[in-house]
Amino acid sequence: MQHVKLLFLAVLTLGLVGCGSGSSSSNSNDGAPASYVPPGEKDDYYLFYSGGHSGQVFVAGMPSLREIQTVPVFTPSPGHGYGFSKKSKEMMGEYRWGDVHHPGLSKTDGTYDGRWLFVNDNANNRVARISLRDFRTKQILGPIPNSMGNHGSSFVTPNTEYLLVATRFSVPLPKGSHAPVETYQENFNGIVSGVDIDQETGEMSVGWQVKTPPFNWDLGSTGKGPSDGWAFWTSYNTEMAHDSLEINASQRDRDFAAFVNWERAEEVVQNQDVNTRNGVPLIDPAEHEGVMYFVPVSKSPHGIDASPSGRWIVASGKLQPTTTVFDFEQVKTAIENEDFQGEFRGVPVLNYDSIVEGEVPVGQGPLHTQYDGEGNAYTSLFIESAVAKWSLPPWDEETKQDMSQAVTDKINVHYNIGHLVIPGSDTKEPYGDWLVAMNKLKKDRGLSVGPEMPETSQLIDISGEEMEMIEEDYTAPEPHFAQAVPADVIDPIEVYKQENNDHPEARWEPENTGVTRNGDQVTVHMISKRSQYYPDKVEVEQGDEVTFHLTNIEQVSDMIHGFGIAEHNMNGVVAPGETKTFTITADKAGVYPFYCTNFCSALHQEMQGYLEVKPQ
Amino acid sequence: MLDFLNRIPDLLDRRVPDSGRLLLVAGAVMLAVSIFLPLWQIHLVAPQYQEGLDLYIHSHKLEAGNEGQDLTEINNLNHYIGMAPIEEEDFAEMTFIPFLLGAFSLLALRAAFFGTVKSVVDTLVLFVYFGAFSMWRFYYQLYTYAHNLDPRAPMDIEPFTPILIGWKKIANFTQYSFPREGSALLLLTVLCFAGAIWMAVRQDHAAYEEESEPESATA
Ligand SMILES: [Cu+2]
Repeated sequence: MQHVKLLFLAVLTLGLVGCGSGSSSSNSNDGAPASYVPPGEKDDYYLFYSGGHSGQVFVAGMPSLREIQTVPVFTPSPGHGYGFSKKSKEMMGEYRWGDVHHPGLSKTDGTYDGRWLFVNDNANNRVARISLRDFRTKQILGPIPNSMGNHGSSFVTPNTEYLLVATRFSVPLPKGSHAPVETYQENFNGIVSGVDIDQETGEMSVGWQVKTPPFNWDLGSTGKGPSDGWAFWTSYNTEMAHDSLEINASQRDRDFAAFVNWERAEEVVQNQDVNTRNGVPLIDPAEHEGVMYFVPVSKSPHGIDASPSGRWIVASGKLQPTTTVFDFEQVKTAIENEDFQGEFRGVPVLNYDSIVEGEVPVGQGPLHTQYDGEGNAYTSLFIESAVAKWSLPPWDEETKQDMSQAVTDKINVHYNIGHLVIPGSDTKEPYGDWLVAMNKLKKDRGLSVGPEMPETSQLIDISGEEMEMIEEDYTAPEPHFAQAVPADVIDPIEVYKQENNDHPEARWEPENTGVTRNGDQVTVHMISKRSQYYPDKVEVEQGDEVTFHLTNIEQVSDMIHGFGIAEHNMNGVVAPGETKTFTITADKAGVYPFYCTNFCSALHQEMQGYLEVKPQ
Repeated sequence: MLDFLNRIPDLLDRRVPDSGRLLLVAGAVMLAVSIFLPLWQIHLVAPQYQEGLDLYIHSHKLEAGNEGQDLTEINNLNHYIGMAPIEEEDFAEMTFIPFLLGAFSLLALRAAFFGTVKSVVDTLVLFVYFGAFSMWRFYYQLYTYAHNLDPRAPMDIEPFTPILIGWKKIANFTQYSFPREGSALLLLTVLCFAGAIWMAVRQDHAAYEEESEPESATA
């Protein structure tokens, strides 16, 4: 009965193993801030910061604010092998940086769907798409034709039909033509663009553009609910000055916001004859009714943000201590009734008094507004270094008499806040528990690191009546805006499965690797695995152009292998299951080691080989 | 006790009662089902593999966790200590064990059909032998893998024997090894066989008691 005894024992063991595998995650964090995330535990949200002129996107966890990853977009990153592979080099084009301002998450039915993150490049007029499956940049579109200074993006429509883009600068069109700056008002133009998103692949292409006067377009947002189909942008310099803008663009008491009906623009392009310029249909709003309207907004505005309901459109004039609330229902009525106070270059200007719901005295230097979904708005105050919390309409009579009563709380931040973010604020269902203030200066807030200091991010608990500062962290230069999304909305892959690798030069078996020559073009099919390259010797002649197709045949999470070639300005970094192609010119005779740059195993240091370059 | 032994030849010819024959049919079904279920699982845990690496041993195949990837990973790791890659081809018995289990299922049905204790005992004895042999064979393979380490391997470790049941620490790994549903069914099958015999014994005993009652009354 040995067999039976063994089996009895086995059943007992099974029971014991079952008991032992439970994990307890109870922790009492007495005294720890609410943002404390113990070692090994995970944050509730992903926070995607724009990296400003670093050209990158930073990913942090929230509430801990700990940085998790950098996603290189417009700037090479040897640590990611980005900007070294053939594909990423092609994608980046001739540019070595970008100026990332406003990340925008893709949406389905007005809520985040975790598919893509779009970011803009203010400097080189581009937009990029990052896949949230592998946190990699997949496409860079641009320079966008006719567009100069892509600041006013990336604003995503409720079903990711479009990425809406507005130019910050105006130049003579078509781009590349010349006119003296003195003829700015006659010869210069701005543009707003609808970047079409393919729903299956995410592929971006410019769908249409609308010509604007040479204002400087600033920030925007997209509508929803009653304002679905619309996009909103603020502008400064309706003075149309071309020099000393600090003074000359700050003269008028009111500037214009543009209310653009993108559904109408789409219709115009589909049904009517629209001139194309540089291959893109360019709509003149004076000729096509219903595409664009101007709305007077308070002086030199920055942010314009549609509320979660889509009814309230909130614009902040940074040189006036108020934030203006427009009622989109009234906007529709005004358009129907042609209730205009004039027109500007053939574009109707809506009657301010008919559409304004109120001006809220939030404080000095209001920039940008976010919403918690509970009827509260939060406006960053740049000059005051504070965040004001205030109530959206409907307001009672008493408040309407004294709008200062709408402001319910205020908290100081350190210092000079630009943007702020509440997860989901630009969707129809915000997650209103946290707010992150992105501050421009950090002096005195931590150890000094010399003249170049990072920015600060401050985490504010907005779940209660009063805002409470919980946590502060330093963020690499320079976040302009962020998007935050609950962790469970995103479903990242951790390895590229072998069957999904469609690189035509991928190799999976050592016996299929090798070096082939065609004239002075040498092709190397190589694989990497713990802890070896196959082949680990590559012989070439001086002057050869050597193309490596390197497949990392690992299929387990986190097993990345690098490929640094000494003195050849090359570090390929290949994720598990991925194939990357990179090319070097072997112009120096000698023997050059290549080695694994990404620590992979106990024998990582031994993971190396030689590139022999024979002299001619 | 001796009395009981004396009665065995008689017992072997006895018939299994109908409820016992039902047990035999149940045993036959469980044997057939066990062919499709994992018999054993080896689970490896290390600091960097908190989620664990899993090997499932079926009667006819070797299956690994993470869509088969865990086996590649185990072999990758074993390569450092010079252990030969674990491959399904090395488990020759996987080609015939499913058929043996099928044969035992038929034998159980046969015993149920004839309904004699003898046929049940024959099946049970053969089956227990088969079980013991399989366990030994499994153990022997684990032993062979872990004792024939390549002396040129990057890491030098003492040859070892992976644990058959229970858990054991090997370098940075803790190995857990335990039977799965398939083995539980095989155990239940043994219990069915034993139960059928027991019913026959008890019935025999009851009949014996009945027969002997008048005798004891006169004594
Ligand atoms: Cu490596």
